[in-house]
Amino acid sequence: MSIKRSLLSVPFRFCNMALIISFLLLGFNAFAADPGVSDSEDAIKAGESLFNANCKTCHKLDSKFTGPALRGVSDRRELTWIQAFIKNSQQVIQQGDATATALFAEYNNTVMPAHQFLSDEDVMSLLSYIEYGGKAEATPAAGDGAAGQGAATGGVPGEYLTIILAVLVVVLLLILIVLGLIVSVLTKYLNKQDDLEEDDKQFINQRTDFKKVFKSDAFIIIITAIVVALVAKTAIDGLYTVGVQQGYAPTQPIAFSHELHAGDKEIPCQYCHTGVEIGRSANIPSPNICMNCHMHVQNLEGKEGVSPEIQKIYDAVDNNTPIEWVRVHNLPDLAYFNHSQHVKVGGIECQTCHGPIEEMEVVRQHSALTMGWCIDCHRQTDIKTAGNEYYDKLVQLHSESKDALKVKDIGGLECAKCHY
Amino acid sequence: MKENKKTYWKGLEQLTNDPEFVKNADREFPEYLPIAGQEEGGASRRDFLKLMGFSLAAASLAACEAPIRKAIPYVNKPVDVNPSVPNYYASTFYAGGEYASVVIKTREGRPIKVDGNKLSPITKGGTSSIVEASVLSLYDKNRLAGPHKAGQPSDWATIDKEVSAKLKTASNVKIVTNTIMSPSSEKALAKLAEAIGGAEVVTYDATSTYGILKANETYYGTGVLPNYSFDKAKVIVSFAADFIGSWISPIEFSKQYAQGRKISKENPNMSRHFQFESNLSLTGANADYRTPIRASQSGLAVLALYNLLAKKAGASTVKAAAVEVAHLDQAANELWANKGKSLVVSGSNDPNVQIVINAINELLSNHNATISFAKTVNYKKGNDASMNKFVADLAAGRVGGVLFYNCNPVYDHPQGEAIAQGIAKAKVSVATNGSLDETASLVQYVAPDHHYLESWNDFNPKVGEYSLSQPGISPLFDTRQAQDSFLTWAGDSTSYYDFLQSTWKDLFAGQSAISSFQEFWDQSLYNGFYSVAGEISDVSLTPVSEVSSAAAAIAKTYSASNTAPELIMYQKLGIGDGRFANNPWLQEMSDPISKTTWDNYLTVSQKWASDNGLNIVEGKTLKAKITANGKSLIVPVLIQPGQADGTIGLAIGYGRTKGGRVANGIGVNAYQLLDSSKGYVNFDITTGVSIELTGDSYKIAQTQTHHTYMDRGNVIQESTLAEYKENPSAGREHPMIYKDGEFVKPSKISLWNGHKYSQHHWGLAIDMNSCVGCGACTIACQVENNVAVVGKEEVLNRREMAWIRIDRYYSSDADTDDLEGLEKASDNPEVTFQPMMCQHCNNAPCETVCPVAATTHSSEGLNQMTYNRCIGTRYCANNCPYKVRRFNWFKYHDNKDFAKVNVAQNDDLGKMVLNPDVTVRARGVMEKCSLCVQRIQAGKLAAKREKRKVQDGEINVACAVACPTDALVFGDLNDANSQVSKMLKIEENSTSALKEVNEERAYHVLEEINVSPNIWYMTKIRNKDKKEA
Repeated sequence: MSIKRSLLSVPFRFCNMALIISFLLLGFNAFAADPGVSDSEDAIKAGESLFNANCKTCHKLDSKFTGPALRGVSDRRELTWIQAFIKNSQQVIQQGDATATALFAEYNNTVMPAHQFLSDEDVMSLLSYIEYGGKAEATPAAGDGAAGQGAATGGVPGEYLTIILAVLVVVLLLILIVLGLIVSVLTKYLNKQDDLEEDDKQFINQRTDFKKVFKSDAFIIIITAIVVALVAKTAIDGLYTVGVQQGYAPTQPIAFSHELHAGDKEIPCQYCHTGVEIGRSANIPSPNICMNCHMHVQNLEGKEGVSPEIQKIYDAVDNNTPIEWVRVHNLPDLAYFNHSQHVKVGGIECQTCHGPIEEMEVVRQHSALTMGWCIDCHRQTDIKTAGNEYYDKLVQLHSESKDALKVKDIGGLECAKCHY
Repeated sequence: MKENKKTYWKGLEQLTNDPEFVKNADREFPEYLPIAGQEEGGASRRDFLKLMGFSLAAASLAACEAPIRKAIPYVNKPVDVNPSVPNYYASTFYAGGEYASVVIKTREGRPIKVDGNKLSPITKGGTSSIVEASVLSLYDKNRLAGPHKAGQPSDWATIDKEVSAKLKTASNVKIVTNTIMSPSSEKALAKLAEAIGGAEVVTYDATSTYGILKANETYYGTGVLPNYSFDKAKVIVSFAADFIGSWISPIEFSKQYAQGRKISKENPNMSRHFQFESNLSLTGANADYRTPIRASQSGLAVLALYNLLAKKAGASTVKAAAVEVAHLDQAANELWANKGKSLVVSGSNDPNVQIVINAINELLSNHNATISFAKTVNYKKGNDASMNKFVADLAAGRVGGVLFYNCNPVYDHPQGEAIAQGIAKAKVSVATNGSLDETASLVQYVAPDHHYLESWNDFNPKVGEYSLSQPGISPLFDTRQAQDSFLTWAGDSTSYYDFLQSTWKDLFAGQSAISSFQEFWDQSLYNGFYSVAGEISDVSLTPVSEVSSAAAAIAKTYSASNTAPELIMYQKLGIGDGRFANNPWLQEMSDPISKTTWDNYLTVSQKWASDNGLNIVEGKTLKAKITANGKSLIVPVLIQPGQADGTIGLAIGYGRTKGGRVANGIGVNAYQLLDSSKGYVNFDITTGVSIELTGDSYKIAQTQTHHTYMDRGNVIQESTLAEYKENPSAGREHPMIYKDGEFVKPSKISLWNGHKYSQHHWGLAIDMNSCVGCGACTIACQVENNVAVVGKEEVLNRREMAWIRIDRYYSSDADTDDLEGLEKASDNPEVTFQPMMCQHCNNAPCETVCPVAATTHSSEGLNQMTYNRCIGTRYCANNCPYKVRRFNWFKYHDNKDFAKVNVAQNDDLGKMVLNPDVTVRARGVMEKCSLCVQRIQAGKLAAKREKRKVQDGEINVACAVACPTDALVFGDLNDANSQVSKMLKIEENSTSALKEVNEERAYHVLEEINVSPNIWYMTKIRNKDKKEA
C-alpha cells in the first residue's frame, strides 16, 4: 500500500509546516530588552524622530543594513557601552574595545559618524524606539505588507486560517482513505462469497469505463466550460497587464548602478533626487549634481583612468547636451502623483514603491503602478498624523473609531485626489 | 495570449534603431519641448488611452511594442528652478494704455499664468482679460523669429550696420510710438535721437485721450491726465466714459468703483452712478441710472449739466441749445448735494467737451478730492495733432527716415492708408514690432522686440509710482529688446539692463530707507514696483481760460435735433485696440454686453431694427453697408437693447489683415472710418453716416441668446438701496414647498442623506453688487484649466467650453403674464451680471445620473469630474439645472481642424502655455469647473509639508484671483474665521454640508430645487430711489 502511505504522509507534512509556522510566529515576539530601557509612548516617539534623523540611513531595526540590526542591542550590550559607542564609535574602537573592533571589522571598516550632540537621555529614548518602536512598519517592510499588518493590528490572522484549512483537508483525506479501505475490505469479503450471482459479481468488480465517460455529454460540457473559463481568465488577466510595465528595466544611456551608489556607497536618495520632498517630480539628477562627486571620482575603486560611463557625464557637461534617460516609471498623464505628499508628508520609504532600489544594478519597475495598487495602499496605510497640525481636526473627529486613521478615511480614495 | 510579463517591454532596439520613434516620445520636462517642426509633439493622452483601452486589438498592439518615454534632466540645473515647482516673478504689463502690475507664474522656466500683483498700490491685484490672456501671445507662432530686411530674414549685424548708418544720414527722422511710460525707454530713445542728429518722437494712441490732455492744457495750462478716484465719489456722472471697460485705466477704476459700492447691513452706503451714452457700454450696464443719448447731443448735455450746476453755484451760465435728457436734473441735484465727493467724467475726445467737464468739476470742488493733479498719470500721452502733422509730412515725402517703435499706425490710425503709402517715400524705414503686421510688413528693416514676458523695463504709471518689468523666460526667438536696438544704433554698447539700473540709481538716490542700491533694486524687483515715500502735496490749479469759448464751439458742432444716423466707435474688453487680436482666447471671450464672439458688428436699437424689418433669431442676422467719412464697409447688424435710437455702434480692433492666422479676416477695421481732421481722432461720427441693409444673411456667434430672465426672481435677486436700508433681505425670494399640510423651506425636504465634511468645506461667495461683468475671470479660468477654444462654428453650435461664464440679463418691461413680451429686453434695460460656474451642489443632480460614477462628491464639498472614467452619456449635463457642464464634442488638441483657433493645444509653441497640473481633456468626455482642485491640492500639500493648518487666503481659485473688483470670494466654510465664512456670516463650526448662512443677501440660485450649492450669491442692489424700483 505504498500509495496509501504516501497519501497519509501529506497531511502530516501540512501539520509539521503549520507547527513550524506557529513556532516561528511565537518566536518572533520573543526577545528581551534591558529593563532600564523605557517602553513609554513618549520615549518611543522621541526616539523615533532621533532615529529617523540620525540612524536611519545606515541602520534598520530588524535587519542588517549598512550597520547591524539594532533591536535587542540593549540586551546584547551594556548601556554604558552603547552610549559611548553611539556618541563616538571611533573613540571606543581606538580604546581597543574588543566588541567594537570586531564590529568595525565585520562591517568593512565603515566609520559610524560621531553623535556627540546626543544627550544620555536622547540615547535612552533612541533605545526605547529601537527596542519597542517601529514594529508595525518593520513587518511589512520585510514581508508583502498586507498579512503582516493584519497580524499586528488584531482580527483573525491569516496564518490561523491556513492552519484551520490544513486541518480540514487532513480530516477529509482521512475520511476518504478510511472509506476507501472500507470499500476494498468489503469487496474482498464479497469476492470470497461463492453464492453471488453473476450480476452482483459484475457490480462488485465493475471498473470505470473511461471511454464512455469521455464521450458523455456532461464530460464534454464540463471540459469545454473549463477550457473557456481558463482562456477567458488568461485573456482578462492579459488585458489587465496592458500598459502595466512591472519589471520594465530598460538599458539606460549611462550604465548607472543604484546598487553601487545607493547600496554600497549609501548615498541618500534625496542627495540626487532633489525634488522628492518639495515637488511632484523627484527629479532625475542633472549632470551638475553628478559632478559634485565625479569631479574627483573618475573610476571604480582600484581602477585607473576614466570610466567610459563616467566619461559620458563629462561629455554631457562639455557639450551642453542633456542625457536622455529612458523613463522607467510611466504613470499615465491622467493620473497626478506627487512625491512630496508621499515622502515628506506621508513618510513613505522610497523602497515601498520602488522596491530594493539599493540592490538594483539596473533600475526596474518594482511595483505595478496600477490604480488598484495605489488604492490598496491608500486603504491600508495609516496617516502620519503625529506632530502635523494639519491633521489635528481629522484625528480628533476620528478618535471615536478603534481603527487607525487611514488614507481612505480622509478622502484618499476620491477621484479628484489624483485625476484632474 | 503571448507571454507578456517582462519580455515585450525590452524592445530597446526601438531607441537605437529608430530615431524618429524616439523623437516622438513624450518628454518629462517641458522646457525641452521642441519648438520647431510640425511632426513633433509626442503621443497624446488619447493615444495612450487607445493603447490602454480594453480591446483585443489594443492588447495585441501593446504586446508588440510600448512607447519609450524619455526623462531629460537639465544639464546644469538652475538653483532656483525645480521641475514641477512653480516660481513667481513680479513684473508689469503695459500695452495699449492698459497698465497692470502682475506676477508671472513660471513652470520649468516658462510662463504659464499671469496674475495680478496684490502688493501694487495702483492695480491692487486686479487684472483684465487682456492681461490674463497676454501669456498666450508670448507663444504666438506669428511672432518674428529674427530680424528682417526687406521682408526677408536677416541677421542682427547687417541690420545694425545698415540701420545706424542710414538713420544717421537720413534727414528729418521721425520716431513713431504709442505712449511710452518707461523713463529708461524714453532716455534710450532720446539717446538714439541725439546720435542720429535729432529725431522727433511722435506719440499717438489708437484709443486716444488727446481730448483730455488738450483740454487740460487749454483750461489749466498743463496737458496731463489727472488721477481719478472713483472710490471717493459718492455720485459719479459719466458721459460715455467706459471707465470700467476701456477708459484710461479700467482695472484701477473697476477696483475703486467696486470699493464704493460694497455694502453691508452695517454700512448700507454706496455710490450713485449716472451714465449718459449712446452705446450700451459695460460702465453703462453697471450704472444706477442710464440714459441713452445721441452722440450729437452729448456736448449739449454736458453744457446743460454745467448750466444747472452753475445756477446752483451762482456762476454765470453759458448759452446752449436746450436738450431734453432724462435724469440730468436729478444728477445735477445730487452732484450739488455731494460737492467735493462727486466725479464727472466724459469719454469724448473733443477737447471742448473736456473743458466743460473740467469746469463742472471745478464748480463741484472735486479737484484735489476725487480728481488730483498732484499724482498725474502717464497711461496715455498720444498727441493727435502731431500725429496728423507726421502723416501729412510722410505723405508729402518730407520725412527722410521713420522708426516705428512697437506701433501699428497703418492698421490703427484713421489715416492708416496714407501712412501705408507714405512709408515707401521715406529713405529709411524701421520697425521694432514683434510680428510682420500691417506696418512692419511695409518697412525696410524689422528689428523685432521681445515679448514683455522676455523683457526688462521700467514704468512710471503715475507721479511717484514706478514699476519694473522682468523677464520670466529666456527669449524664445532671435529677437532683441527694442531699447537695446536703440542703444546699439546710437552707438552705445551699454546693455539695456545696465541702462535701466542707471535710471533707478537716481530713484535710489532720492530715498533714504534702503542704504545699498543692490538691496533697493532687489526689493523693487521683488515687489514689482517702487513708490516714492511720502505724500505728494496737492497741486492747486486755477483755470486759465473761460468755459464760454468751449461752449460756443460745442454749440456749433453739436445739435439737439439730429435725425441722421450716427456712428459711435467703441472698444471691446477682449480685443481692445486690436493689438492682441491674434489671441484666440480673446477672440472667443464673449463680449460682456452682447455675448458675442469672433466678430464685430453694428449695434442698432430695437426701434431701428423694427423700422428696417430686421429680425434676429438665434444670431441669424443681415449684413449692412455702413458709410462714414466717405468710406464704406459691409458689416453684420446686431440688435442691442439700450442702444440710443438713431445711433449705431461699431467696435474697433477687428479687421486685421496681417495680424496672424487667428486675427486675419475677422470682422472689419473700423479705424478707417474714423476722422482725425478736426485735430483730434473723433470716435463719434455724427454727420455723413448712412446705413442700409444689403440683404445678405450672416450668423453671429453668441454664447447667450436668451436675454432676459423672464421674471424668474429665483435666479437674479435684486433690490434697491432704499429698500435694502429698510430690510437687508430685500429682493430675496424665499421659496416654500408644500409638505404634509404646511409650507416648509426646500432644504427641509431632501432625497439625499447629506454629506459630512470633516476637514474642509470649500465654498465661493459671489457679490453681484461688485461684479461688473468684465470677464477677466473667464480668461483666467481658461488659462488655469487648459480650456479649449472651439472656434466660431462650434460656438454657433453652442459647444463653447468655458467653465465659467458671465450670464448677462436684461430687464424686461413686459407684464409677468405676457410670456412672449417677457423675452424682449427693454429699450433701456437694467443689466445684471451673474458669474455662473459649477455650483458644486451638496445634493448634486449630476452625480445621481452618471451610469459610471464619473462624477462624484468629495469629502471637501467638491463635485468632482473624472475624465478618464467618463463615457460621454451626457446625462449629467442634461440633469444639471445650471447648464454648466461642457462636453468635448471633438478632439480639440492635436487636431488640424482646430489648429487655427485652439493654438494653445495644437502647435508646439502654443502648448508651452498649458498648465501641466491639469489634464487636457479628450474627445467624448464631459468637463466643468473643478473649483481649481489642483490649487486646492497644492495648497493643502504645502500646509501638510509645513505641518500646519491651511491659512485662509493661501488657496484661491483662478477666477477669484483675477477679479479686479473682489466680487468672488473663495474659502473654507468649515473655518469660521475665513473671509468667505464672515462674508456669509457662518458662525457655527460644524462639519455638516448644510451650513446656516446668516447673511441676509446671500442666496442660492434655484433654491427651490434644493440642490444645495456651495456657491452663494449676494443680491444685486441698485442705488435707486424706492419709487422707481
